[in-house]
Amino acid sequence: MTQLTLAKALTNGMRRAMEDDPKVLVMGEDVGKLGGVFRVTDGLQKDFGEDRVIDTPLAESGIVGTAVGLALRGYRPVCEIQFDGFVYPAYDQIVSQVAKMRFRSLGKLPMPIVIRIPFGGGIGAVEHHSESPEAQFAHTAGLKVVACSNPADAYWMIQQSIASDDPVIFFEPKRRYWEKAEVDEQATPPPLHTARVLREGTDATVLAYGPMVKTSLEAAIAATEENKSLEVIDLRSLSPLDMGPVLESVRKTGRAVVVHEAVVSLGLGAELAARISEQAFYALEAPVLRVGSFDTPYPPSRIEEEYLPDLDRVLDAVDRALAF
Amino acid sequence: MTAKTPAAPAEPTTDLVQLLTPEGERREHPDYSTDLDDEAIRGLYRDLVLSRRVDTEATALQRQGELEIWASLLGQEAAQVGSGRALRKQDFVFPTYREHGVAWCRGVDPLRLLGLFRGVDQGGWDPRELNFGLYTIVIGAQTLHATGYAMGLQRDGSVGTGDPDRDSAVIAYFGDGASSQGDVNEAFIWASVFNAPVVFFCQNNQWAISEPIERQTRIPLYQRALGFGFPGVRVDGNDVLACHAVTTEALQRARDGGGPTFVEAYTYRMGAHTTSDDPTRYRLTDDLEHWKLKDPIARVRAYLTRGGAADEEFFATVDAEAEQVAEHLREGCLAMPDPDVLDIFGLVYGEQTEELATQREQFASYLASFEPSREHGHEGVPA
Repeated sequence: MTQLTLAKALTNGMRRAMEDDPKVLVMGEDVGKLGGVFRVTDGLQKDFGEDRVIDTPLAESGIVGTAVGLALRGYRPVCEIQFDGFVYPAYDQIVSQVAKMRFRSLGKLPMPIVIRIPFGGGIGAVEHHSESPEAQFAHTAGLKVVACSNPADAYWMIQQSIASDDPVIFFEPKRRYWEKAEVDEQATPPPLHTARVLREGTDATVLAYGPMVKTSLEAAIAATEENKSLEVIDLRSLSPLDMGPVLESVRKTGRAVVVHEAVVSLGLGAELAARISEQAFYALEAPVLRVGSFDTPYPPSRIEEEYLPDLDRVLDAVDRALAF
Repeated sequence: MTAKTPAAPAEPTTDLVQLLTPEGERREHPDYSTDLDDEAIRGLYRDLVLSRRVDTEATALQRQGELEIWASLLGQEAAQVGSGRALRKQDFVFPTYREHGVAWCRGVDPLRLLGLFRGVDQGGWDPRELNFGLYTIVIGAQTLHATGYAMGLQRDGSVGTGDPDRDSAVIAYFGDGASSQGDVNEAFIWASVFNAPVVFFCQNNQWAISEPIERQTRIPLYQRALGFGFPGVRVDGNDVLACHAVTTEALQRARDGGGPTFVEAYTYRMGAHTTSDDPTRYRLTDDLEHWKLKDPIARVRAYLTRGGAADEEFFATVDAEAEQVAEHLREGCLAMPDPDVLDIFGLVYGEQTEELATQREQFASYLASFEPSREHGHEGVPA
């Protein structure tokens, strides 16, 4: 067992994947000598060389488009998009090429590509550096979308994503990069596309992923002071969604609150609310409530703490669900 | 203020590589020559005629309602056959949706091309079997795939070894319209800085649907290559010998580790953009008549006839073979089965999701509710 930051856990996970499979490549802007602006690829180019850890020109469509060609040639590219707000130039290649290639080729051309995107706010960044575009990818058939929330998951989920023959959009909670936890590198991890109950409770279920998992766990602890017992589930996989643990939990608690940084309208919370109401209608004591951002662009960072969902906003939603 | 539309770039003369004139006469060029003998040129003639026959039959099938749409290659046969026949088996092709002549050269059954246009599939051949990628409709996207694939060749040690069976190159096809796309320009940059073994083969057919070449560029396209740091060459796109010679050299340069080349095949789209288009709304018949005099097939036939390298029997044999290909297309097209809607669920992922498996199951039950006696779907479909 070692104490690792989430960023370092990702580095170690990628390192292990590169050791295990010579076809794994890392490519992106500043991923080489610099080790990425968040240092997630730190040391990889030194150890694996410039052919496997590629500093690319500054063009996101080019990063993903050439990754498609490398995948067709039998490689397993891991692309780093420097910040969430910079992924849009690559959106066409992701949606029209990466996501559809297997389908269009009647299954003959798999796309084993991982696209890593640091996402979410909370680090005092300038505009375009704090966005949460995950629903835009989860809405696209042909992609798989995951978000890690802690170092141990980061270590295993990145390896599982690289091993996947399906393209994976891998969201990393940038404000949690520097948080440490124990990582057991000998453990047997749960399958990639599974949700996990992180804290058991009986009064309401809080569903979260990425940076909001920690916020939700803190809310659950705070709720005990008012004798409220919250169950917290880390969804981990956003597409496909692992509804089993979610439905089991909601059937127990009768109430669900979905928490994400992304805007609420037409987001993951809407999908979860729809599925829960379709599949656990009679178990519900209250409508599924959603906590997230407003229908505005991400604001200037001096007010982001007010804008972002926090412990109190989670508890406020829980209170409304309990009072219903 | 009204922007003044610049005059059309003058039709090229001195900077155009040409080895066979429209009249069918051989011409010398200081930098390029062909070592193709008469037998090889007869082979190219056959490819040109059969490619055009595939095209006319497909156009007819569209007119008769058997295809939703067809993108004709009429007029571009020499650019496609000349470059297509310069490829080696191990080279890889990234086409647009109009490369029927290149597909022919790679050995793709032309019937397989029809699936996309009939609406029964989105690419019915195995790209890895014949090293011919899927048709790409998003303009220019494939140039990045080609460049990435070429970077893969570099990492495989398949470039610059000196082994003619191992050294490989990639060719990316695109058009004059695509040259404005960000992806194409990004592909140029990538290929240049990584010295990737890729040939960018641009068929400048003068038209991007209704937009003339002046709306895409103020300088000859091939001259753009210089700014990206690799050579560009403009070739008579209606001259199969010149296209073959120029592409042969560019591909070899790539295989040897010399990096990318931009080839601008200067040609003309004789037909409409697709069968849904109406070029009479935006261009003059005079231009078309002018280009008819430069027909890529007529000049090869004139050359072969003049020198006695082919007789009437040869031409009759090729024509008969063309009719057989047309019949194969027609019969095959009409017999092409529609896909089963339940099959689409199994093609999205390598590792099927529970969500999709459930959707398939529910949809199958729904469909079955209309026809209780009908077994919908096939055994063995990936669930």
